[in-house]
Amino acid sequence: MSNFEFPSSIVSRPVYGTFEARPGHSHLFIADAEGAAAILDFAGSNQSVMATSHIIYIPKDCGDKYVKQLEALNASQLYVGPTYPAAMSRINHVLANAHMGIQIYLSGTEGLMSETRTAAMAAGASLDSIQLEHRGSLSRRMQCVHCKGITEDVITDPYVCSHCGLNLFVRDHYSERLGVFQGVRVDAEDHGNVPDAVELYK
Amino acid sequence: MSAGAEKIAVTVSEKVVLNDLVTRFQFKRTDGGSFPAFSGGAHTVIEMKDGDMTRLNPYSLMSNPLTPEFYEVSIRRDSEGRGGSMFMHDQVNVGDEMVLSYPVNLFSLDLRARKQLLIAGGIGITPFIAQIKQMSLMSGNFELHYSVRTKSLGSYVDDLTDQHPNNVHIYYDDQDQQIELEHLLSGQPLGTHVYVCGPKGMINWVRSTAESLGWPESSIHFEEFLAPQSGKPFSATLAKSNVTVDVGEHESLLEAIERAGVDAPYLCRGGACGQCETRVIEHDGDIKHHDHWLEDEERACGDKIMPCVSRFEGKTLVLDR
Repeated sequence: MSNFEFPSSIVSRPVYGTFEARPGHSHLFIADAEGAAAILDFAGSNQSVMATSHIIYIPKDCGDKYVKQLEALNASQLYVGPTYPAAMSRINHVLANAHMGIQIYLSGTEGLMSETRTAAMAAGASLDSIQLEHRGSLSRRMQCVHCKGITEDVITDPYVCSHCGLNLFVRDHYSERLGVFQGVRVDAEDHGNVPDAVELYK
Repeated sequence: MSAGAEKIAVTVSEKVVLNDLVTRFQFKRTDGGSFPAFSGGAHTVIEMKDGDMTRLNPYSLMSNPLTPEFYEVSIRRDSEGRGGSMFMHDQVNVGDEMVLSYPVNLFSLDLRARKQLLIAGGIGITPFIAQIKQMSLMSGNFELHYSVRTKSLGSYVDDLTDQHPNNVHIYYDDQDQQIELEHLLSGQPLGTHVYVCGPKGMINWVRSTAESLGWPESSIHFEEFLAPQSGKPFSATLAKSNVTVDVGEHESLLEAIERAGVDAPYLCRGGACGQCETRVIEHDGDIKHHDHWLEDEERACGDKIMPCVSRFEGKTLVLDR
């Protein structure tokens, strides 16, 4: 379980909870890194759900830590992939063919949850069919307001945009539609005057 | 004139008997102007002057939302009700002048949906007719499942099946045809919204089946207008206005308040919208809640009442109005 107290000042940020069982003919779990632990905890008390579950897992820096335990859940389908872009075609295929009544469970980093939630909503899922449980890293998924490029797993403020190279200030401003926080040029008025990066988000 | 319900003077321009139960009325503005556009699912409140009594009953608009020349409603004769539908069927004729409220929509389509699944029972078809006209103009993706008693009582069945042969499915009770609801709901693609309008039993059936199949609440829409129920006469004191009104057996509390000349807010007059919610300052007796607006806790608390449909039995009722 995430033991990080999310600051209440960010009203635009989604509220992360704990997975609860809901009725439904199919269950889609998408997780990265420590997010696997949320699935394991849920499955512990809802083993019967696994027969109609599809788990998509991207271990990132957790490596093999959870893979054996996930296999032991005997989900209807389990996919373990190296990166989100690698898993994307599978995720989009599953969503495009999903029916009403599917339950969607997203866990792990805020970036993973944001991106998959946006994909699910684009496929027609409504917000109240998607559950979110935060686990692990507090890194942020950032969008540069200048070039619109998205930088994943940002842990410092300011950070360097991985697309246009500007130094960006990490704003506490989350876009639900895009699933990103906003990054704004930190030295816009005095080019080159960039404060030292501070690690804030581990 | 009441808050939130501007009115339009109209003349009845058509009265068409569709079958033994349902008659369609068309209204044009008495001043010859255009009606406001509305969205499918909207209703209007018709003012009926029946002798000394004024009834205000809501009916779904079923004309084309983008046709401003006239409004149309279809009314089912209800011989068990308080008489509004009987008045319309028996007393209202072409050329009569009446008053309608501006349209209000408490049952609009969620236009974010990928597909609209419409389920109608009997006269519950009327809001869907306007919605289907609206969607036809927007090339909306929809499917209608419409349950009627018999072929002869199936209002608009022929029009709908002629115009939308691939989207409309009719079920006849007298031929033991029933909507296969579980099968229907389970097969819907992600992004479908379901809408139900019809008898209470049908609404509950669709809502509970969809919920048990994992449909999220935000994708389930329903409309049920409650007609105000008759009951024992009672009195209510309106504290702000400093008057006491006597509510007759076949009159609603809201109608009695209006009859006393007190301006009270309302929109749907059917216990659904919440507009007429009124604070109860004091009561000695039982509030008979008939709405589906208040939460159970609010009802238990007894400090709110929906005067459009709810009644009172007891000694004193004092309202903040």
